[in-house]
Amino acid sequence: MSSATERLPRLLALVPYLLSRPGVPVADVAADFGVTEQQLRKDLELLWMCGLPGYGPGDLIDLSFDSDAVTVTYDAGMRRPLRLTASEATSLLVALRALADTPGITDTDAVQRALAKVEDAVGQAQPTGVVVGLAGREGAVRPGVRETVQQALSRGRAVWMRYYTASRDRVGDRTVDPMRLVLVEGRSYLEGWCRSAESVRLFRLDRIDEIDLLDEPASAPEQAEPRDLAAGLFTPLPDQPVAVLDLEPDARWIAEYYPVDELAELDDGRARIRMRYTDRSWMVRLVVGQGGRASVHEPQDLADDVRRHAEAAVSRARHASAT
Amino acid sequence: MATARAERLVNLVLCLLSTRQYLTAERIRGIVPGYADAPSDEAFFRTFERDKSELRDLGVPLETGRNSAFDSADGYRIARRDYELGDIDLEPDEAAAVALAVRLWDSPEFTGAARGALLKLRAAGVEVDGGASPVVEPKVRTTEPSFPQLLTAVQSGRAATFDYRRPSDASGARRTIEPWGVVSWRGRWYVVGYDRDRGAARCFRLSRIVGDATPIGPSGAVHRPDGVDLLGLVVGDAQEPPASTPTRLWVAAGCAQGLRRKSEVIAESTVDGVPGDVVRLDLSFPESAASWIAGYGPDVVVLEPDTLRKAVTEVHLGVLDPDREAAR
Repeated sequence: MSSATERLPRLLALVPYLLSRPGVPVADVAADFGVTEQQLRKDLELLWMCGLPGYGPGDLIDLSFDSDAVTVTYDAGMRRPLRLTASEATSLLVALRALADTPGITDTDAVQRALAKVEDAVGQAQPTGVVVGLAGREGAVRPGVRETVQQALSRGRAVWMRYYTASRDRVGDRTVDPMRLVLVEGRSYLEGWCRSAESVRLFRLDRIDEIDLLDEPASAPEQAEPRDLAAGLFTPLPDQPVAVLDLEPDARWIAEYYPVDELAELDDGRARIRMRYTDRSWMVRLVVGQGGRASVHEPQDLADDVRRHAEAAVSRARHASAT
Repeated sequence: MATARAERLVNLVLCLLSTRQYLTAERIRGIVPGYADAPSDEAFFRTFERDKSELRDLGVPLETGRNSAFDSADGYRIARRDYELGDIDLEPDEAAAVALAVRLWDSPEFTGAARGALLKLRAAGVEVDGGASPVVEPKVRTTEPSFPQLLTAVQSGRAATFDYRRPSDASGARRTIEPWGVVSWRGRWYVVGYDRDRGAARCFRLSRIVGDATPIGPSGAVHRPDGVDLLGLVVGDAQEPPASTPTRLWVAAGCAQGLRRKSEVIAESTVDGVPGDVVRLDLSFPESAASWIAGYGPDVVVLEPDTLRKAVTEVHLGVLDPDREAAR
């Protein structure tokens, strides 16, 4: 958003904001409005020049500064902030409704109360045409896992867990310093510092098989930064192996479900995708499971692995039914 | 925004808030500082028009009217009752909920608007601490290219048309719908509405829309029928009936951890000279399970039921001879 369209809403909100907080430090105001102190002082100087027709000393907005705190002494009739616009109301109410309908993320009761109050203040509640259902594929989260994760976060404690890593098809023990609980694309993840991997990792709650709260405090090192999830959960790395797969129409879901680098249309509704992966055995499992609806175009050794895996499976199944 | 313009607009708002009478443009030109500088009538009216539309874009309820039948020109005022945000007083835990809600969006359509809402709530005296890192952070993204187009269509009550590709039908087909809403469920966006071609309510996944969704027809032509549960329509469409099939599988020792963690070991057994376990597993979706189990290749063998065993073998044979798959 350009500074032009941002400044006027801020100017209109500043006087009521200051009215409700006499003597607020300038630095706090700047932080709340997300601007520099320098910009805020320019805004205040501008407001000082504004007021009611007549524009004499008694008509202009009056602010008093006491060291670094500011107080409104005359508001020129700007006592309340402007109502929320339709899109502001939509974005806030849709989000609150989504949280209110999703137990387990936060205090649902507080969200319900906040929702009622915001709806009341916003007025003219119209259907927005946007609904967010946050609850998702949570059925498989084991009992107690979510509670333990929440306790660890609120008490700032480390956890021990037995975790299933799908890419390697391994279950292993980890000690983690929890940082936050995130809900992305309908799934909950614990983000934390994994002490054995020595990096920040996301752990899907439905893949935590056992979890225990430890007595020691969570102590993620300073360099541990929460990941920016704006670009998605999967961060492709340049050193990851690449597979080129040909997908029949029935297997196109792979391109929807996993991040792919490229998608090219082939004939008969088939598509060729380039995708990166972490573990070879995972890629073999994925392709074999498609039963020919997906095939490896490149590299050849991966295609060979897929074939060997399927041949061995057929042979073993014959053996099993023969005995 | 240039200082002069910002100052003029703030003064205009204060002036129109303080008057009960409608003030004509000429009158405003004479009163509000800044307008007197206009070099000509034309320049003044151009500036004034621009200022009015800027205020309306911000949601300032600018009223137009005449004080009496004798007035020759329209005047302007702002009704305080329509301008001011209602009283709101949030408890700390309620304010924390609002802070979390504002952070929910990761979306060009909603993030800025949510921050704008927060600004006004703070101005209304609500203490919302946005700096504290919440321990819970849900995120909702709107990265689908057709999202803003469909949202606009819904909000302006217009029909929309787009090319839609179903997974099993890559060719795609033109669809025309009367959209009632956009819905996020399990992290995916859907548009819900009346499908004109099918003559019924339908949901469409935004990720399967190819190219642009184009609004068509006049604004306000589409109305959502009363009592429609948008999320319900999506959830109803997305959920398959759960059925649970008990299965018995052989799993090679130390292998197929993803399968083992969902099963119960009931015996040890050697197959093809390889030591392993017989496990029991209840499957809700046997069809997708065949693909999942088949992925484990020789490490897992289905013992029963027979249908699943055959399904898994078909998957393996399909890998070895793709034409076989095509013939099915």
